[in-house]
Amino acid sequence: MDSAILSLLGAFLLSIIGLFGFIWSLRKGLLVENPAAASVIFARGEVGKIDDPALAGDEQHKMQAAAHPDAVSAVDAAEIADRVDADRSSAFPVFMFIAFACFWLLIGSLAGLISSIKLHEPDWLVQQAWLGFGRIRTIHLNAVIYGWSSNAALAVILWVLPRLLRTRLHGAIWAMLGGTFINAGITAGIGAIAAGWTDGMEFLEIPWQIDIFIFAGFALVILSALYTLVNRRVEHLYVSVWYMVAALLWFAVLFGVANLPGVHTGVQQATTNWWYGHNALGLWFTPVSVGAIYYFLPKIIGRPVVSYNLSLLGFWTLAFFYGQVGGHHLIGGPVPGWLTTLSIVQSVMMIIPVIAFTINMKGTLKGQMHLARYSPTLRFMMFGGLMYLASSVQGSFEALRSVNAVTHFTHFTVAHAHLGMYAFVSMVMFGAIYFMLPRVLDWEWPYPRLITLHFWLAALGMAIYFVGLSIGGWLQGMAMLDAARSFNESMTLTVPWLKSRSVGGVLMTLGHLVFVGHFFAMALRFGPHRTGAALFWQTKELAHGK
Amino acid sequence: MENELKLASGAMVALAVATAALVVLPYIQVRDLKAPAALKPYTEQQLNGRAVYVANGCVYCHSQQPRDRNLAPDFSRGWGRPSVPADYVYDKPHLLGTMRTGPDLFNIGARQPSKDWHLGHLYQPRAYVPESIMPAYPFLFRLKDAAETGDQTVALPPNYAPVGKVVVASQDALDLVKYLQALDHTYPVLPAPDTP
Ligand code: HEC
Ligand code: HEM
Ligand code: HEM
Repeated sequence: MDSAILSLLGAFLLSIIGLFGFIWSLRKGLLVENPAAASVIFARGEVGKIDDPALAGDEQHKMQAAAHPDAVSAVDAAEIADRVDADRSSAFPVFMFIAFACFWLLIGSLAGLISSIKLHEPDWLVQQAWLGFGRIRTIHLNAVIYGWSSNAALAVILWVLPRLLRTRLHGAIWAMLGGTFINAGITAGIGAIAAGWTDGMEFLEIPWQIDIFIFAGFALVILSALYTLVNRRVEHLYVSVWYMVAALLWFAVLFGVANLPGVHTGVQQATTNWWYGHNALGLWFTPVSVGAIYYFLPKIIGRPVVSYNLSLLGFWTLAFFYGQVGGHHLIGGPVPGWLTTLSIVQSVMMIIPVIAFTINMKGTLKGQMHLARYSPTLRFMMFGGLMYLASSVQGSFEALRSVNAVTHFTHFTVAHAHLGMYAFVSMVMFGAIYFMLPRVLDWEWPYPRLITLHFWLAALGMAIYFVGLSIGGWLQGMAMLDAARSFNESMTLTVPWLKSRSVGGVLMTLGHLVFVGHFFAMALRFGPHRTGAALFWQTKELAHGK
Repeated sequence: MENELKLASGAMVALAVATAALVVLPYIQVRDLKAPAALKPYTEQQLNGRAVYVANGCVYCHSQQPRDRNLAPDFSRGWGRPSVPADYVYDKPHLLGTMRTGPDLFNIGARQPSKDWHLGHLYQPRAYVPESIMPAYPFLFRLKDAAETGDQTVALPPNYAPVGKVVVASQDALDLVKYLQALDHTYPVLPAPDTP
């Protein structure tokens, strides 16, 4: 007991001390705001100019007029030329990662929809082992986590880093080789799961033999990113760079340690499993998505982040608190009590970075919310940012013992999982892809209305998915805690809510079909040829001395 | 911030603290656990059954970790006493689970020892629990016109037996049931026995 409390206190104090240590070490200018640092995402003279490559020319002018009607200062042409160079250097690898992401998104959505329907139609598609719920659900999980979200995250990182570091992407060929390894690994891993060969732990199902490939692929991409970092031509590292570089390093360590074969057993394996599980979410998808919002959102509306120092506080609190929350997946389980307590405490502490992020975004968007009407990309980003707040606040409460006792083993968790991974991470990734791809392909999105259609299908589908499943999950948990009600009652009462989830899932899947179809149309150069590629639109405008 | 080394080392220190707390300390704490005397290592057949359980993802609907009585009425549902780390020393991969779409199975062997029930339930859960949403596992069985010697036929309730055919359990199905029957952790554990 004593040693338990000591370790608990120890870990907690260490993280607080570490946190203050790092903030102190960065104290230079900590108390004075630093608008210059926040403005490095803009070229000189660019602040005040809206930027949404997903919009056609005249739409851009309308949005500009709505945002800052009188921003007319000339933009530094040399810096824009640097940015064009950066975009060119990363175009191939970024396109490759986006294409893989789109492929896996379709596979994953289909597998998710099948698993969802199977939960209320248990005699549907039962003749083949690979279509069994346990396998197709796992195929869904791996396809959307590693296939869709991770590929999209890598595309964003490889595209944003060169821009922010004002250099070209170094080692692009290695990044592409790494991408090939990663996706060959995911394909093999999903094939293995379908065939019944699995490591058997949630989020770590892909057999470790195959994980070696994925790890090697990741290492190659990381090398390329780090090589770009050390060859940078800016002094200041913008906050998105910290989030993204740290996320790459974190994920490499997490993935390596968690997949070490032969080390982990029994209860200790379970704690490692969830140390990995929530860190993959908290130290990989979350920082990449938060970093993406910190770049794209101010860029779109043409206004720097209001408080650069808040973003710094947010980064280090996330780093020191998020890592230790994994135990909240084992509350009430056969694990040392101090461990779950530590995780619950840190889960609640997570409110700090989340609030820091929210205040910052709220301030940055102040008076500019109406721009979402013009820019679908911005709409995705704002929606994602808001859902980061929602999923995290929900998560902090869900980690409390009294709430977790109800929700732990229920569909409520699955609803929260999709609020985080879909409404937050996936929506940010969609927005980022809508922004990046015109620059990557030198081509406009052929049918801008499809972007709006996609947004509403995704948002509406997600709302139905989340609301229904949260209610169903909560009722299920209450029934399970009531000794007077039979277990089967807790099962049957979920069925209508599981059906509503399938309805939401159909809308989301339709949205993905629209999105991927649009992607193909663009890659194959369909659609009206308007002002020319968005990239040229911008340079042409410069040439005209606007 | 200008220094990428500071960034990288800060990020790694943060992760190291987390790893110490969630990976290393539990490792040290449970490393020397002794298996309870009443807990037997799995037999070869049970291990194969366990592999079938893993491969088909039973864990995504069934937990194996009864909770304490002051947290949830797991005990009164017949799921058993709260489990302790020593109960899991032979488990690899762990199958604690995070969902209870179906009941906890940590003591299913004690609650439902019947092989016939398990085989029939795997073939068609709705033959026993009409409202069940557990998937059927027909691919673990074969339909034959007549049973051959050595075949384990499955006795199903009348409405659920295919007409004119017998249902024969595959070796995987038999092993899986052996594993389910072995899930019996009703022995008392020290120092906190939780007897009724
Ligand atoms: C989609 C979720 C789901 C999956 C996957 C699933 N089950 Fe079930 N299981 C249930 C539900 C719901 C019940 C309760 C209703 C019933 O008894 O059929 C149940 C009940 C059981 C029972 C009876 C428990 C009791 O207390 O009477 C056993 C044994 C069982 N399942 C074994 C398995 C095995 C073995 C697998 C993997 C091959 C499996 N289940 C896969 C949902 C699932
Ligand atoms: C197309 C719409 C989708 C549908 C219908 C769907 C459906 C499902 C279903 C049925 C499960 C299994 C839940 C269970 O075990 O009970 C699941 C799990 C999961 N899905 Fe989805 N999904 C969809 C899209 C996505 C997307 C795009 C993501 C992430 C980017 C995602 C992330 C997850 C995660 C993380 C889990 C595991 C949750 C857990 O174990 O608690 N899903 N999904
Ligand atoms: C402060 C932030 C957060 C906290 C404290 C938190 C807390 C929790 C808790 C308590 C659970 C339930 C565990 C259980 O009972 O089994 C959970 C599950 C989950 N959370 Fe969060 N959450 C947070 C943010 C997020 C974010 C941002 C995402 C997405 C990127 C996310 C994704 C998930 C997923 C996918 C699961 C399901 C895991 C599984 O069982 O498979 N969470 N979270």
